Amino acid sequence: MEGVQSLIDFFLSRTDQVWAATFRHIQYVVAVLLTALIIAVGVGIWVRHRPVPREIALGIASVFLTLPSLALFVIFIPLVGLGFGPAYIALTMYALLPIMRNTVAGLNGVSPAVLESARGMGLSSRQRLWRVELPLAWPVIMAGVRVATLLTTGIAAIAVLVGGGGLGDFIFAGLRRMPLPNSFESMWTGTLLVIVLALAFDALFILITRATTSRGLR
Amino acid sequence: MTEALIKLDEVYKTYPGTEIPAVAALNLEINRGEILVLVGPSGCGKSTTLRLINRMIEPTGGRIYFEGEDVTSVNPDVLRRKIGYVIQQIGLFPHRTIAENIATVPRLVGWDSARIEARVDELLSMVGMDPSIYRSRYPKELSGGQAQRVGVARALAADPEVLLMDEPFGAVDPIARDKLQNEFLRLQDELHKTIVFVTHDIDEAIKMGDRIAILKEQSVVAQHDTPEAILAGPSDQFVEDFLGAGATLKGLNLMRAKDVELDDVTTVTAPTSREEVIQALESSGDTWVLYLDSNGRPLRWLDRKSIDQVQALDEAGKAVRVTVEPEDTLRDALEKMLQSSVGTACCVDPEGSYRGVVRVETLMELIERLQTEERERQAASV
Repeated sequence: MEGVQSLIDFFLSRTDQVWAATFRHIQYVVAVLLTALIIAVGVGIWVRHRPVPREIALGIASVFLTLPSLALFVIFIPLVGLGFGPAYIALTMYALLPIMRNTVAGLNGVSPAVLESARGMGLSSRQRLWRVELPLAWPVIMAGVRVATLLTTGIAAIAVLVGGGGLGDFIFAGLRRMPLPNSFESMWTGTLLVIVLALAFDALFILITRATTSRGLR
Repeated sequence: MTEALIKLDEVYKTYPGTEIPAVAALNLEINRGEILVLVGPSGCGKSTTLRLINRMIEPTGGRIYFEGEDVTSVNPDVLRRKIGYVIQQIGLFPHRTIAENIATVPRLVGWDSARIEARVDELLSMVGMDPSIYRSRYPKELSGGQAQRVGVARALAADPEVLLMDEPFGAVDPIARDKLQNEFLRLQDELHKTIVFVTHDIDEAIKMGDRIAILKEQSVVAQHDTPEAILAGPSDQFVEDFLGAGATLKGLNLMRAKDVELDDVTTVTAPTSREEVIQALESSGDTWVLYLDSNGRPLRWLDRKSIDQVQALDEAGKAVRVTVEPEDTLRDALEKMLQSSVGTACCVDPEGSYRGVVRVETLMELIERLQTEERERQAASV
């Protein structure tokens, strides 16, 4: 009980700092997901009927995900300096695979009969993409986006290593001052907020997916 | 001389990496308003031939003419919007409502929304589906037969001159298929579209076709004629083998229930009583009377024994499980008769009201006559 009380005290005594870090964390997630969505869906569309480029693209995205985050965040400092930049690039690289893989799976999962009839009725390839393929693949793509969101929300805590801020600041500060007073409180504040944020994003995406998916597909 | 609406002129299709063409030097003319059935063993290239017409497959050589115009190199999307296309798996858009599915081509060619809405309702009624019920449903809520009806409605949406149908009724069960075929023939009586219809089923070909093109390997036309002429005089051994045994039985595919004289049986109409049924049996001297519901639809066959055993008329005797429609071929009628409990098939109009019966004796006489005719023909040709 004492621990919870001191955690609340810690939180209340620096709400400004907490909000700033949370906001920065949200910035990472939003910016990274938008970028990754555009790149991954774009690449996914381009490779959907091209088996060799498809395997190459998915292979590269898989390699990104296996790179140790400690290294990946630091690698870009020479290029873009400290702060938001290197963290943003590293996180985007991580977010690519789930979205790209689901985009490819969703697009390749569209029934050949549906595509055949669409073509037979005179829909051009662009019309088929926008009116048939993407709407049908959408729930699958969104499932990939949800995975990417959870991934990004968690790993964004490492941005602190390159001075990028976010909730990782609290975790790292606590770690460094161990076992001084408030170190555990600091770690717990950062960790719990990351979890809350991840759950909030996930709930948001469930709502977005429901609202943007045709009733005929549910 | 009727004008050919579609003309394939020396059309070739060779797939990359193969030497032997899938379609070799095909010449085919399709007349305005006819149903031409392309039929042949699997792998003969009949689907390929169909898909060459709307250029789903691009020909390697030769020309394709549509309404006198060479369409071999026009924009295929524009061409396809003028040609209805129905495939076996239908391919309705699962994320679109039935109305939106049907509206696909009208929207592509820029009809205004009021016109599209009216057209959707018209088409749904035409294929026998209540627009107020089905308009806003999704494909997953339809049965196989209903989905096929919507598929046909969607293909007809922008009122194309031509309909291409690739085994359209191949994926539904035999009873539903029969019904769909009849409905479609009835529809065609009103619409007079030019239809190219692919099937591997010779019985379906004989039933549906105004003319039939029997194809062998590489889409070589073995015989191209009316079903009657093909049955009467197969041009070669291949056609004969493909027609198979029982040409007489196949001949029954050429005649429809509406072509034979229907017999009458004694009927009683609900609401009625046991006494009235007994009286009807006695005064007619028949073994069976047909019990109709208040709308004139056949319900049950009743005989004296059965109503003595069971009190309620709705449970006595034998249920009328299958009925024949005027568009059914006599072959269908024969099959239904075999399923029927009394060797007699009830003929009903499209609303289901009783019109008369076809007796097995009627068909036997007809078969005997056909067999005699065939024997005489064979004797004459020897």
